[in-house]
Amino acid sequence: MRDSRREEALQPDALKGVKVVDFTWVIAGPTVTRLLAAHGATVVKVESSRRPDMFRAYVPMAEGVPGVNRCFTFDAYNSGKYSMTINVKTPQGLELANKLVRWADIVIESFAPGAMSAMGMSYEELKRTKSDIIMVSLSLLGQTGPDSSRAGFGTELQSFAGYTNLIHWPDREPSGTGLFYTDFIVPWYVICAIIAALEYRQHTGKGQWIDISQIEAGAELLAVPILDYMANSRIAAPSGNRCQCAAPHGAYRCQENDRWCAIAVFTNQEWQLFTNAIGDPAWAKEARFTTSLGRKQHEDELDKLIEAWTTNYPAEVIMSKIQAAGVAAGIVANGKDIHNDPQLKHRGHFKLLNHKEIGLHSYELPSWRLSKTPADIRMPSPCLGEHTHYVATEILGISDTEFIELMQAKVLE
Amino acid sequence: MGCIVKAETTSSPLGRYRVLDLTDVQGLMCGKILSELGADVIKIEKPGGDLSRNNGPFFHDKPHPQKSIHWFALNANKRSITLNIEYKDGQEIFKKLIKAADFIIESLSPGYLVNLGLDYSELSKTNPKIILTSITPFGQSGPYKDYKGCDIVYEALGGFMYCSGDPDRAPLRISVEQAYLQAGAQAAAATMIAHYYRLQTGEGQFIDISIHEAAVQAAQWSSFWWEGAKHLVHRAGNRAYRAGFSPRIIWPCKDGYFSWRIFVAQHGLRTKAMVDWMNSEGMGTKLKDIVWESLDFNQVSVEQFIAWEQEFSPFFLQHTKSELFEEAGKRGFILFPANDIKDIAENRHLQARGFWTQIEHPELGTSLTYPGATAIKSSELYYGPGLRAPLIGEHNEEVYVREMGFSKEEMACLTESGVI
Repeated sequence: MRDSRREEALQPDALKGVKVVDFTWVIAGPTVTRLLAAHGATVVKVESSRRPDMFRAYVPMAEGVPGVNRCFTFDAYNSGKYSMTINVKTPQGLELANKLVRWADIVIESFAPGAMSAMGMSYEELKRTKSDIIMVSLSLLGQTGPDSSRAGFGTELQSFAGYTNLIHWPDREPSGTGLFYTDFIVPWYVICAIIAALEYRQHTGKGQWIDISQIEAGAELLAVPILDYMANSRIAAPSGNRCQCAAPHGAYRCQENDRWCAIAVFTNQEWQLFTNAIGDPAWAKEARFTTSLGRKQHEDELDKLIEAWTTNYPAEVIMSKIQAAGVAAGIVANGKDIHNDPQLKHRGHFKLLNHKEIGLHSYELPSWRLSKTPADIRMPSPCLGEHTHYVATEILGISDTEFIELMQAKVLE
Repeated sequence: MGCIVKAETTSSPLGRYRVLDLTDVQGLMCGKILSELGADVIKIEKPGGDLSRNNGPFFHDKPHPQKSIHWFALNANKRSITLNIEYKDGQEIFKKLIKAADFIIESLSPGYLVNLGLDYSELSKTNPKIILTSITPFGQSGPYKDYKGCDIVYEALGGFMYCSGDPDRAPLRISVEQAYLQAGAQAAAATMIAHYYRLQTGEGQFIDISIHEAAVQAAQWSSFWWEGAKHLVHRAGNRAYRAGFSPRIIWPCKDGYFSWRIFVAQHGLRTKAMVDWMNSEGMGTKLKDIVWESLDFNQVSVEQFIAWEQEFSPFFLQHTKSELFEEAGKRGFILFPANDIKDIAENRHLQARGFWTQIEHPELGTSLTYPGATAIKSSELYYGPGLRAPLIGEHNEEVYVREMGFSKEEMACLTESGVI
């Protein structure tokens, strides 16, 4: 679908002309700027070879060979951006960074609170450099408050935000997720705030400083259990894979090793459709399973009986059979399955691009499809400092002579 | 103090815009965010009230369509009118509403609005500036277009579950619904991107949101591990796969659980800070002389790593979550308690930042404390909820009579015929 759209040639970019100086690193901030770039914003990622984005030194490396431009993790979150290396700890480096600020509409950073000030780039200082600059500070706990200076990553923060306790079998210790859940909540709020700030500037000529924290964004997606606590003093209890108003409701083991299919039956009508789909076994007609409350009450036995059926088939077959009957089901997808998912293929979720060092491989597009201004990925992730010369000379208008002087003074490292 | 927001900040980002919200539980979050951005969000309910009002939990656990906590949380700040868009009269009213609207968000089945002649190509004839955001289980087209979805199915297909839970049991989801909220929040971001384009060009457009793909976007990690290293990132319980190894990340302490891990190399000094604390209390002497910052993950055997972890465990069991968190602040190691909902509601930091908002519920004779401000704080703009979620059709008169000019007689007729 996307590919045919692309053939229609030169659809406009929603964020064409929006200029972003990007000091973010790791996941949350780079996800924001990656998505802005996918809609046509010009994003210059400012890095330093002394302290590059930590994901440049992470795994997996292409072919297992180490190199700052070879990490798939960095690559996944940084497509479509330019990379410029600047040592902002030198006076000339700071001046160069300020040149970028004068060029930019938006400066975005995800350092620990106070780090930008220490570099001489606090909001007040940026404002003196460019009066209508929009500064976005993205952090774990926000710019103010008693614990704002705490260091950390989404890995730990998602526990503080309440999610680890809710990924939890009731009879065991919390197991949590191996992913980075709050890193993937905060970007949506940041994008809303950025567009709002651009519009405000368009109307008033004023910039602003935006403070967004992962802890608060995380709490927004727990608004229902939080309000339940405020109103009813109920503390949401971990329920494994179960759901108060559905049975069966879980991930069921399928034929091959570690293959699973999620199945959820909410209503009696769905139960009828589900039992038809699994061949109307005699047990399904037992009185204890014919009502919603009965199924909830005998859920342990129900789960065993269903799993005795699901283990006979591959997960994909279970999903198709149950979905064909009109009941919700889906395989528990691993990394390989996501690449093979027919629906994601149809929506053009992946795009192949050739990265200088990693080679030809796929990049993930945003989840949304805009009819007139579709997202696209024009460039793979940048090599470290790949665009230093381009940004300095083409964007900032620095002469080649001056560029060489800056290089010799070790400012561009 | 407590936030960067100036006292006089009152201007709302979307204060001049109107949203028509036709969504059910699948998309309520999108309108919630747009309302907190200041838009006038009109929730269009079925006559008699939306089915999503039946979603629990309920205020004081009394099931009632006007007392759904779920509804309160996702509809604060919206107005409500009732309208049946399946009736011809309803469609005409809807088209009138569209003329004065800037956004429409809906979560009806793919093709539903086409059948009513209310799809984007029709609506854009009435109002070319309109942005129509559609939130559906798997998107508007494709092999899964008519598939059924629900939270656990999206979390499964999206890749989250395979990486969550204990290795000896089934993959795990988050115990409270997330996929619809993820889709709604991502839809709000996409809608704002389209809004920026409209500001520059005057043109609206159609946005196709797939809840499934939103779940994929919220779990972006395992796909590139497969492509890049043919490695299937797998659930590992209280451990998590990091840099080729799975360090322990969730630990028990005296009164609960917390997150912490052994760092080496770049962050090795943070491990030393923990060891220094242990040493000061006469524990962890075996760890005393390890130079964490000079170690490389790849040079340490798994057995060695696990042996170190076992040296930390007994120390943690002697301390509470809050002792551990306080010491982390003083000594600069990375540690966060595993909070439950009560811990979050009472968290000192969120309180100091003014995160909570009191909203009056006159019908309940009380006010409730809401998470506020869409998590955004701005030096110029005001973000946040102000009014409780609307009652069924609470703003019918305001919208139909005062704003659209229907007469009392016409209202009576429309009500009797089931249109509103």
